[in-house]
Amino acid sequence: MIPAAVDYVRADSAEAAIAALAEAGDEAKLLAGGQSLVPLMRLRLATPSVLVDIGRLDGLSGISIEGDTVGIGALTTHSTLEHSADLAAACPLLAHVAGQVGDPAVRHRGTLGGSLAHADPASDLPAAVLALGGTLVVAGPGGSREIAATDFFTGFLESALGADELLTEVRVPVSTGGWCYQKFNRRAQDWAIVGVAVAEGGAGVALVNMGSTPMRAAGVEAAVAGGASAVDAAAVAADGTEPPTDNNADGDYRAHLSRVLTERALTAAGA
Amino acid sequence: MTETPFTGGIVGESRPRREDPALLTGEAKFIDDLQIPGALWLACVRSPHAHARITAIDASAALGIDGVVAVYCGDDLADAWEAPLPCAWPVTDDMKNPAHYPVAQGKANYAGDIVAVVVAESRYAAADGLEGVVVDYEPLDAVVTIEDAESDRVVIHEDCGTNVSYEWPLVPDPDAVEAAFADAAHHVTETFVHQRLIPTAMEPRGVAAVPAPHNGNMTLYSSTQIPHILKVMAAITLGLPEQKIRVIAPSVGGGFGCKLNVYAEEVICMALAQRHGVPVRWTEGRTEASGSTIQGRAQRQTIELAADADGKLTAVRATLLADMGAYLQLVAPGVPLLGAFLYHGLYDVPVYSFTCKSVFTNLTPTDAYRGAGRPEATYAIERAMDALAVAVGVGPDEIRSRNFIPTEKFPYDSPAGLVFDSGNYQPTLDRAKELVDWDGRRAEQVDRRAAGSTTHLGIGISSYVEMCGLAPSRTLAALNYGAGGWESATVRILPTCKVQVVTGVTPHGQGHETCWSMIVADQLGIDPDDVEVLHSDTAISPLGMDTYGSRSLAVGGTAIWMATEQVIEKARAIAAHMLEANADDLEFAGGNFTVKGSPDKEVPLAGVAFGAFTAHDLPEGIQPNLQAQVTFDPSNFVFPFGTHIAVVEVDEATGAVELLDYAAVDDCGNQINPLIVEGQLHGGIVQGVAQALWEDASYDADGQCRAANLADYLVPSAAECIDMKLDYTVTPSPSNPMGVKGIGEAGTIASTPAVMNAVVDALRPMGITDITMPASPMTVRRAIEVATGGAS
Ligand SMILES: Cc1cc2nc3c(=O)[nH]c(=O)nc-3n(C[C@H](O)[C@H](O)[C@H](O)COP(=O)(O)OP(=O)(O)OC[C@H]3O[C@@H](n4cnc5c(N)ncnc54)[C@H](O)[C@@H]3O)c2cc1C
Repeated sequence: MIPAAVDYVRADSAEAAIAALAEAGDEAKLLAGGQSLVPLMRLRLATPSVLVDIGRLDGLSGISIEGDTVGIGALTTHSTLEHSADLAAACPLLAHVAGQVGDPAVRHRGTLGGSLAHADPASDLPAAVLALGGTLVVAGPGGSREIAATDFFTGFLESALGADELLTEVRVPVSTGGWCYQKFNRRAQDWAIVGVAVAEGGAGVALVNMGSTPMRAAGVEAAVAGGASAVDAAAVAADGTEPPTDNNADGDYRAHLSRVLTERALTAAGA
Repeated sequence: MTETPFTGGIVGESRPRREDPALLTGEAKFIDDLQIPGALWLACVRSPHAHARITAIDASAALGIDGVVAVYCGDDLADAWEAPLPCAWPVTDDMKNPAHYPVAQGKANYAGDIVAVVVAESRYAAADGLEGVVVDYEPLDAVVTIEDAESDRVVIHEDCGTNVSYEWPLVPDPDAVEAAFADAAHHVTETFVHQRLIPTAMEPRGVAAVPAPHNGNMTLYSSTQIPHILKVMAAITLGLPEQKIRVIAPSVGGGFGCKLNVYAEEVICMALAQRHGVPVRWTEGRTEASGSTIQGRAQRQTIELAADADGKLTAVRATLLADMGAYLQLVAPGVPLLGAFLYHGLYDVPVYSFTCKSVFTNLTPTDAYRGAGRPEATYAIERAMDALAVAVGVGPDEIRSRNFIPTEKFPYDSPAGLVFDSGNYQPTLDRAKELVDWDGRRAEQVDRRAAGSTTHLGIGISSYVEMCGLAPSRTLAALNYGAGGWESATVRILPTCKVQVVTGVTPHGQGHETCWSMIVADQLGIDPDDVEVLHSDTAISPLGMDTYGSRSLAVGGTAIWMATEQVIEKARAIAAHMLEANADDLEFAGGNFTVKGSPDKEVPLAGVAFGAFTAHDLPEGIQPNLQAQVTFDPSNFVFPFGTHIAVVEVDEATGAVELLDYAAVDDCGNQINPLIVEGQLHGGIVQGVAQALWEDASYDADGQCRAANLADYLVPSAAECIDMKLDYTVTPSPSNPMGVKGIGEAGTIASTPAVMNAVVDALRPMGITDITMPASPMTVRRAIEVATGGAS
């Protein structure tokens, strides 16, 4: 539980963070809430040589709603999302899912940007952003670019972020149609064994912990779009997935759970 | 039966723990909080293999790291040990006990076995040093299951010639057993597996050995439950003069039995502190703990019941296969024996048979874990009683009522040879049924089934009796244990009439300071806040047998009560002298001595205490000061009992089990502080429910722990707990003057079978008769799929 030696830089602006990343190269890591990175460092599964702390950077946290779009700064904590009345009104799925992450201590430190950038298939928030059809705004040495959430997750703990890029904002559409998040776990503070996020009555459906990345359940979405019942649409939830095996579940059981939970989520969301 | 001897109005009150403010604010110091100037840090290179020959160790890279002072492998330290790590319970004369050295020599026998140690100037440097020690291993086949161990396919300790450590039978009358089963109208046979559990004290272990090179003293700070036993054992293991060793347990954040041991890191720190002439310390990491601290349970049990046509038990036969892990730790071989006498539970059974075989595996050693032996025994009989109820065609409540030891039979000569002190079992079952609305729940269960609901209700009973208050020294001798079971106390009234109580028990979360001060204050008629309780330091409390086996109150508390009585008697003699009265004519109440019939003639205890201190005018033959020391050796165990009922809901589609309701009606005799009793039950019950539903130290085929951290090892949190309905009956023990019984393990003993009986009850209509623990959603779902033909 003792991390390896590491250098520490505190960035006071996005530009400074990007510059620090560019200077340190591959060995640098951004530090936001530290709720994923620090545990990995303590187990020496991550051994960055430099930590660039963006935790106190101004301007990257907060929720703004303009027209049909909700913009959320990357440093906004899960707790802020969970307790925001504005978000609960504009995008209740995201507010609810934020409240399902870990425990209160984790939610007070962990950030939306960190959760997405970490690209853990077992995380809750990536699935919500996928189901909502969100967009990620990233900044790098050459300026800013937008990445659709569907294009963002590229592999296990891998994303489309460049080594010298910073995720600055997450945009999701205002979404008040039928929604549900089914998180199945054995203890309240645990990661999902399987999770299913449903937005807009089944127009958007995403799965947690059903493969190497957070993923959209395209087959279910298509079935719902084609008028299938919740039961029939849920039947294809696991199609094409390669769910992992761990202490809690093997792949077959995860596939089974994904169908059960998808049916429950679609039903609750009014599909 | 004894009534309560307490009249002071303090004992029996629910008083908040006086320990808590210091613990909650950080004022109390745990081992890792200690500032020890100049201390070197120890880090342990642990075998990543469950079974491997150590062919070479190259520490040169580690020695090149800034701050690393030294690296030692097993051979380097071989001359530091006068004896191997101790096992104090050679249960049979021919028990196989392989030499267990603190640092492995030649071969590592489990993943976590220490193969080398790094000593460094900081904890960080020590951790860095670990990566610089290159060990060449030649991996060997690992023995991971008890069945594989028993087969001797691979013999782990070549010098033992077998993996079987011992076989221990308790079969008073073999012919009667055969006859009972031959004649039985019902013969139930059940096999259950107790998974390995990781005790998971909130505070991991830690050690700091502080030498005084010039006068030869050695102070060992350790997060331990047993500073007294540790002192003796460390002296023997290291060949140090015992009078030079002082062991201090600072604030200790839980133990559950896992700190009832003598560990490699303790004696390694002492040996290296001696060698380097400076303090050496070590703090355990949570992941490290899965390979450095003992684990619990790990048994396979077969239980058979013989009963007549009415379901009245005629015989119980239990056979056990127990996993000791790679070596025998301090009391590990005795753990099955602590259950051996209780496989007939609280039922009146004439004929009894128990046999146990214990084997070595290439896994972390096991040892006592909350309840040690009794949870296993209770699980077997309580699960089997449900099976018998089904066979006989009566309810689980009825089968128990038909078999409870009748109240008039106490003290009860048990078929296993114990004498149960006192009991009255039926009222606990009746009350527990009331608390969960038994009839209402049964009706709801029927309704749900009739309506085709896929969320099935299950109701499970567990009635238990356990033996605790370890222990009469003579009984321990009969069981070949290497020490006694007495306890010591000193009660000292200071000149200003404040009181010091010195106890040999070692609290690590139980609230002893609160309870002991209540007992003494009640006896003396003073304020509990005027009573200080000293403990956990062998220089302050030189005599003690420490805390485990729910012994602290029944044995240690009794010693305190007796010492206080002796102090009162001495004070009475002095008061009589002061009042010019006959000692027999004095009454002592409310902290005052008065002369019977002359209420104006009185002297307060404070006056007597000061008089005893000045010693200006003491009666002939009375020594100055008010102090008494008592060592109490109990005449018997104490036998708390009760009934717990769990109500669960099983989601057929996912296999998820949810605890809906839980009632516990316990009887621990007279209660000193009901709030403490409640706390012990809450924690104990959750710990037992955790075995049923969550915790599982599972290992893969290579002997790697798959649950080595708290993300994978599912210790429940407050969020998983429900409000428990607790109630009590009071049947005092006649074996001690306070009429008390232990309650520290009862919750853990009772709750596991209650929950598993409930889970099986929910699923029985599908033909399911057992679920392997823990009843994880996947396990339950699989059982449902198998039972219902794979529908999903
Ligand atoms: C006990 C515990 C329980 C948890 N339970 C859950 C759970 O149930 N569900 C769940 O979803 N999560 C859970 N988490 C993880 C938690 O949600 C983390 O907060 C989140 O995954 C990471 O956010 P962070 O701000 O802490 O990121 P950090 O840990 O600081 O960083 C994580 C990664 O993202 C990178 N990063 C961070 N911010 C940015 C940025 N703006 N731009 C680019 N890269 C960035 C970092 O470099 C790092 O690689 C749990 C964590 C803990 C400790």
